[in-house]
Amino acid sequence: MLLALSATAIVIVALLWEVAWPLASEQLERHRARRRMIPVSGYDPGRERRAEQRARELLRSCVDEDDWNMYRDLGFLRVWGGLAEGPDRGAARGGLSGAPYAYLVYPHKPIVCYLPQTGRLLNEYCVEFPDETRPYGSARLPDSDDVLAKWMALTGDERRLIGTANMHLPGRQVDPRQVRRDLWRLSQWERSQMRRRATAAQ
Amino acid sequence: MKFLRMKPGHGEILLTEGDIEVAGDEERLVAAFREQLELGMWAAVPTAAGGGRRAAQMVRSFEDVPRDAERVIFFPRAAGGR
Repeated sequence: MLLALSATAIVIVALLWEVAWPLASEQLERHRARRRMIPVSGYDPGRERRAEQRARELLRSCVDEDDWNMYRDLGFLRVWGGLAEGPDRGAARGGLSGAPYAYLVYPHKPIVCYLPQTGRLLNEYCVEFPDETRPYGSARLPDSDDVLAKWMALTGDERRLIGTANMHLPGRQVDPRQVRRDLWRLSQWERSQMRRRATAAQ
Repeated sequence: MKFLRMKPGHGEILLTEGDIEVAGDEERLVAAFREQLELGMWAAVPTAAGGGRRAAQMVRSFEDVPRDAERVIFFPRAAGGR
């Protein structure tokens, strides 16, 4: 009798353990999670917004008024290429030597090289300006600082920047449809600027 | 002449400023310039290029900085991205 009761008790305890253990384990994990020290990321949207505002002012003070208006209205800058042999790291590919070419400079995206006369996309140049001191936990410059850094490096030493960048075929990161849409927007924007100037001159 | 540095999460900061014609200021500017280059920064001077177009001049030593430059902008050196 005693043996049967003991066996029954053991079975009941085992069944209760099976049922109760997952719940108890979950409660324990929750308790630990509540008490765990969670590292706070350094991201502060207000600070980032103020940083971007400062960066925009700096960019504005460095580039031409037209270029600033282009960036403000379209979100990218066009920078004309200056290498006589073309942009392809010294190798005149497909008879591009001497043809005018330009770059579209987007914030935190590859620089896109293209031929303005035909709209043909040539290359993407992936380049970053990481600040490894990570003052606020991030190595990433504000958007407009990234654009200004690219603009200064392209206008100041195009060969060095292009030599540093990783070159890829168009479409690897920036959607070619988006680039063509941006080139169309740029042409429309330039026409509107010309109309505005003509109206102002009259 | 002002030395500015781009900084993540902040925008540009003023590192130092001084009159390049004053010996003490120039020494301070040279020291600050070297320090930034040792930290891995690139330096550029915004200029008005030919035809009035604005551009930038990359400078690798303090001697390359035009004497009449109003500011030198330091930014992290470029690296190939993904």
